Amino acid sequence: MTVLDTDLRPAEPPRYVMFWRRYRRNRAALLGLILFTLVILMAAIAGIVDSGDPLRRAGPPLTAPFIDASIPLGTDQLGRNILSQLFYGARISLLVGVVATLISILIGIVIGAISGYFGGWVDDLLMRITEAFQTIPNFVLLLTLVAILGSKIEWITFAIGIVSWTAPARMVRAEFMSLRNREFVDAARNLGVSNSALIFKEILPNALPPIIVYASVIMAMAILLESALAFLGLGDPNYASWGNMIGQGRAVLRTAWYCSAIPGIAIVLTVLSFSLLGEGLNDAMNPRQKQ
Amino acid sequence: MNLNIPPIAIYALRRLFQAIPVIILIMIGTFLLLKLAPGDTVDALVGDMGGADAAFIARLRAEYGLDQPIWVQLWRYMAKLATFDLGQSFVYEQPVTTVLLDRLGTTLLLMATSLSLAFSIGIVLGAFAARRAYSLTDNLISTLGLIFYATPSFFLSLMMMLLFSVKLGWLPVGGIKTIAGFYTGWDHVVDVARHLVMPTAALSLIYLSFYLRLMRSSVIQVADQDFVRTARAKGAGETRLMVHHIMRNALLPAVTLFGLQFSALLGGSVVVETIFTLPGLGQLAYQSVIQRDMNTLMGIIFLCSIIVILVNFLTDLLYARLDSRIELT
Repeated sequence: MTVLDTDLRPAEPPRYVMFWRRYRRNRAALLGLILFTLVILMAAIAGIVDSGDPLRRAGPPLTAPFIDASIPLGTDQLGRNILSQLFYGARISLLVGVVATLISILIGIVIGAISGYFGGWVDDLLMRITEAFQTIPNFVLLLTLVAILGSKIEWITFAIGIVSWTAPARMVRAEFMSLRNREFVDAARNLGVSNSALIFKEILPNALPPIIVYASVIMAMAILLESALAFLGLGDPNYASWGNMIGQGRAVLRTAWYCSAIPGIAIVLTVLSFSLLGEGLNDAMNPRQKQ
Repeated sequence: MNLNIPPIAIYALRRLFQAIPVIILIMIGTFLLLKLAPGDTVDALVGDMGGADAAFIARLRAEYGLDQPIWVQLWRYMAKLATFDLGQSFVYEQPVTTVLLDRLGTTLLLMATSLSLAFSIGIVLGAFAARRAYSLTDNLISTLGLIFYATPSFFLSLMMMLLFSVKLGWLPVGGIKTIAGFYTGWDHVVDVARHLVMPTAALSLIYLSFYLRLMRSSVIQVADQDFVRTARAKGAGETRLMVHHIMRNALLPAVTLFGLQFSALLGGSVVVETIFTLPGLGQLAYQSVIQRDMNTLMGIIFLCSIIVILVNFLTDLLYARLDSRIELT
């Protein structure tokens, strides 16, 4: 009998393969992934679909969809090509979604980590501030910030990040409070590791998974907030945005409902893809949670 | 020493003392933030008048106290706030308090109808889906929930307007009542209700999906616990099991969400009220931002904060009532 004959279990495939196998089991999550890839593709090939300015006049105003092959989804009341606005709008939505999510998670991690790690009066103070932000209705705060900062896309993204950091901050705080007295942290502390290294190198990597899943929720919310602002006419007028298109389509709702329906469906599918993706990630990361 | 104060009163006082610093923080923050805004009230006023000479502008600034250093202005504002004086609205030329109270009723009505609708339907659908977990019914309900969650309220509003007002002509497009109707009694109630159908639906669907999903997972979790098995073993019927044993415990997380979501719901009313031209606080917030009516905007933030804190307090009371293991401290 040689070593080769022993019935050792075959080596486990790499972690990302396992992750993908678990993720793939959830059909809804797969659908989310497909939709998400489609939106990214739309944003990526917007320049190929229409190399000109999507806000230029492309044909006679209010052409219905599927009539003219050069403007497959028709034009709005200013004669702008709905299809190319849709593709360029995907860029804006994704950009705002990703950057605002990063901003909010960054603020959330810093505040939550400091609050949960140090506790005491620092925690009290930071939690009062968090409560204050949670108490003001976030859309009202967003309107106020945009009124102050102006409607440039950079500022809108920043403002959306500012109004959505409270939930991640609370999650990070809770994780830190449960992790800060674990043995591995104590061990590192006894070795003389500094506070900042303890926070960022020891505890944070263990606190991150739920935050990553929650990022999909923030991203969906950021896209909804941006489109709501644009719908109310407070978005950046220099970019094609889905919310903008719906807001302007409202004026011609009676005669040309497709002007607002097409970008509306795009928003629904995008947000749907994020929720499905988030649920899939959650199930794949915590396989035991699901029965 | 035992003064016979009921524990609930002590609890309420404690919560009040916790809420005050938060509100002060909000108001100072908002005040300083709004001072960063380009242009003050006098600029807006003069702009409306179509321009004025420098001496007149300076006199106006002095009259409104805007020539003082910012800390003095802040101190004066906070001192007035302590007596619930929110100052004057320059657009409506009335005290802000009057303007706000005019609008409060509509918003509260909208909140009450949409929240109770979202809560009750969401809970029933969620429990229903959980009892038939992973069946066709469950998949259907859960998919609907996901789609509701992903639909922005303004898009839903427009599509409902298109269907029910433009195509079918069943419901009015906007406003809270028929302007030239002068209805009284029941006719008035019916008229207002007809105007509220679409705004309520638009606002509640997203929250309905929240409650639905939460309730579904909560019921699945509770139904698995020992006391439910015991009750079933003792011969409790499925209906009794659901209503008496499972629902009561599964409701707890949904009640928590109720308080947490309230501030988001108030924010959502800005969009819905603006679309349906409902004269409520949300529409007022939008208009004050557009018209740079800073006093009114601050008043709205103040009032909204108080409402949110109050609702959270009531939710906690309800929570303690539902779950006797929790003590109010």
